[in-house]
Amino acid sequence: MSFKTHCLAAVAALALMCGAAQAQTLRYANQGELKSLDPYTVNETTTNAHLGHPYEGLTARGKDLKIEPALAEKWEISPDGLKWRFTLRKGVKFHDGSDFTADDVLFSAERVRATGSNFTTRIPTSAKFVKVDDHTVDVVLTAPNPILNAQWDTWYIMSKKWAEANNAVAPTPAAATTPSHASLNANGTGPYKIESHQPGVKTVFKFNENYWKKIEGNIKEIIFTPISSDATRVAALLSGEVDVIEPVPIQDIQRVNAAGNAQVLTGPELRTIFLGFDQTRDELLESSVKGKNPFKDVKVRQAFYQAIDIETIKSRVMRGLATPSPLMIAPELFPTAGFTRAKFDAEASKKLLAEAGYPNGFELGMDCPNDRYVNDGQICQAVVGMLARIGVKVSLNAQPKAQYFAKVLKPGGYKTSFYLLGWTPGTFDSHNVLYDILGCRDVAGSSRGESNLGNYCNKKVDELTDKILVESDTAKRNAMIGEAYKMTVDEFSYIPLHQQALAWGVSKKVKLAQRADNSVLLYYATKEQ
Amino acid sequence: MSVQPASSPKQPPSLWARILDSDILASFLRSKVTMVAAVIVLVLFIGAAFSPWIAPTNPFDPATVFLADANIPPAWQDGGDPKFILGTDDQGRDLYSAILYGLRVSLIVGLLGVALAATIGITLGLLAGYLGGRVDSLIMRIADVQLTFPAILIALLIDGVVRGIFKGANREDTALYVLVISIGLSFWVQYARTIRGSTLVERNKDYVQAARLVGLPAPLIMLRHVLPNVIGPVLVILTINLALAVITEATLSFLGVGLPPTQPSLGTLISIGNRYLFSGDWWIVTFPGVTLAILVLAVNLLGDWLRDALNPRLR
Repeated sequence: MSFKTHCLAAVAALALMCGAAQAQTLRYANQGELKSLDPYTVNETTTNAHLGHPYEGLTARGKDLKIEPALAEKWEISPDGLKWRFTLRKGVKFHDGSDFTADDVLFSAERVRATGSNFTTRIPTSAKFVKVDDHTVDVVLTAPNPILNAQWDTWYIMSKKWAEANNAVAPTPAAATTPSHASLNANGTGPYKIESHQPGVKTVFKFNENYWKKIEGNIKEIIFTPISSDATRVAALLSGEVDVIEPVPIQDIQRVNAAGNAQVLTGPELRTIFLGFDQTRDELLESSVKGKNPFKDVKVRQAFYQAIDIETIKSRVMRGLATPSPLMIAPELFPTAGFTRAKFDAEASKKLLAEAGYPNGFELGMDCPNDRYVNDGQICQAVVGMLARIGVKVSLNAQPKAQYFAKVLKPGGYKTSFYLLGWTPGTFDSHNVLYDILGCRDVAGSSRGESNLGNYCNKKVDELTDKILVESDTAKRNAMIGEAYKMTVDEFSYIPLHQQALAWGVSKKVKLAQRADNSVLLYYATKEQ
Repeated sequence: MSVQPASSPKQPPSLWARILDSDILASFLRSKVTMVAAVIVLVLFIGAAFSPWIAPTNPFDPATVFLADANIPPAWQDGGDPKFILGTDDQGRDLYSAILYGLRVSLIVGLLGVALAATIGITLGLLAGYLGGRVDSLIMRIADVQLTFPAILIALLIDGVVRGIFKGANREDTALYVLVISIGLSFWVQYARTIRGSTLVERNKDYVQAARLVGLPAPLIMLRHVLPNVIGPVLVILTINLALAVITEATLSFLGVGLPPTQPSLGTLISIGNRYLFSGDWWIVTFPGVTLAILVLAVNLLGDWLRDALNPRLR
């Protein structure tokens, strides 16, 4: 070989190396921030997806959302359904090098149900975890629960030793003002380690070379930054500054697809966006009505429901990319045929309000996130306008999700009168909706209704929900679910709005599987040179 | 040399006569740019002050805004609606009305913020300059420290602190006051330094010494004797700072910590429009942006002229 060819070969090799090194770094921007790394602080899909990189559960869910073994290799259920035996994977190590054992599972099961955790519904309060040996755990139940592990893909296992050594045994509540060690650091078993974390600014994930499984993607480093401004986020994608953004603002989908170097992955999302009322306090926290709670009257709830012009929200705010929903669950998860939305009719609403004793309406505070769901802030503003037309003067408090969740969720004391929220059942099953969102709250020894921020409560729904949990005949079960939904619809328990659409902006260099629950999981991502 | 009879003292010329006679008016009439700027400022101020009567709709009243009217282009474009001359924003608000109302909010915040900054700055500057010593050192060191930070950073900091204090209160009710306080507290330093400088010169002059000898209390001397003689340069800073305050308000609102989207100022409108910059809805960001630019430019030109007119060396 001549000197020239040597040189060329060297240059080519160098270029390849550089290319390879670059291709392994993926930059990802989301509209919301990543505050706490503590996996039990906020039960929210985006945060759970972020933390699914350093952490893992006993089970996982694949690209098609099917349950797969993860830290548990296999599990068996006793014939009476009261004992589940989990066989843990051997040879798995936490990022700090310590071994993963049954003690960590027992510890995590305690911690996830402790005060301050937002994940207490992951495991029934009465379930007992028993260590059989270092790699076998029995879960003893007081009542059969066929969907016990359906949400364990986001119940992340933490290291007992690490938590005890770092004073992080108690979960960090969302409303905490000082960060704990666990909220600034992570020590999981997952495919990526946390290289650095500046809350709300930037988080760098490095590939875990000792990961027990071969991952599908080829990303060695993930740099996550929040970009809350829609236009800036799109500009960053189009300029190549970031490789993946979520979400693409729906008004910009065409523009991104036309740009040539990126594309928008779209699809129906399983999340239902809805409005909720505080139906439990005797006097609303933020309202001009004193001495009573107008939302305890079903007429007021119906008036609000019928004041919402969902079609205009769909066409104007969502630009057609939303499916108005009559139920609190997506049609992919439960057939909504047979249910229709109450008709939009502002005149009827005014009449209902007058009948309820508010002919001139009233004043009301509303809580809303502005960086969580697709166009959430604009939806809330539109709702404010529609309610104004029936005489209800709403003052809108739209804020970033960190502050919003700290205020309205359980750790913040459910401090809201009227709010917008989105929910994807973690089990992808109606039971979760009936239990978490539509179940009566504040029953001692139960985690029912943990995300029922306004505490809609109907004991008959609860009874049905308990039957639905153990019913194995699908047709019967669906009939009961339908019956339960019917009660909640008739009582105007919530105002379901729509299922939003997924819209991820992905550089043409990147291949990424889109999961229907809107979890951006970058261990599925491959980036070309 | 004749002595004026005590019975018929020469009448001092009236204020109006003095203005007409002054160099200031002459220099104003000489400068076409200044006249144009003054007319623009006047038009914008009138538009802002009388916006409830001029604007076709009230964008702050959600009951009159229809979402179905959202994102309509200006009237002369395809798909435009003569009802909405400059088009509508993402909530269906008429942009022309929203700009008038937003201008009003921006100017109120700007004027009140500058007034607060001037009050604090003049008071502290007078105290520092007149009393001297430790009071002087203390005030001016605080001022020096504050000068090392950009004003917008201080405004953001104060905004956060004040919002923490008003935690329970509704943002829509407090946003305006929070902004005024943040702007007032971040801009006082310039006034304090200017006033202190002039006060240091004035306080050793004979008329001040005389007042002191007569036994007048210090506050009275500062207010009645020193202040009128040091206020001149402050007028210039006031004008230029008004432009700065309006810009600061817009910046804070653009960043999302200013006025809420339900009561948009010019900055809030620009921030709303920014979301639609890529999707072709150019009018939402352009018209409020151009209005802001024109307002700030015109006020700045006026300020420049005032500075030159009041500077004896440039006459």
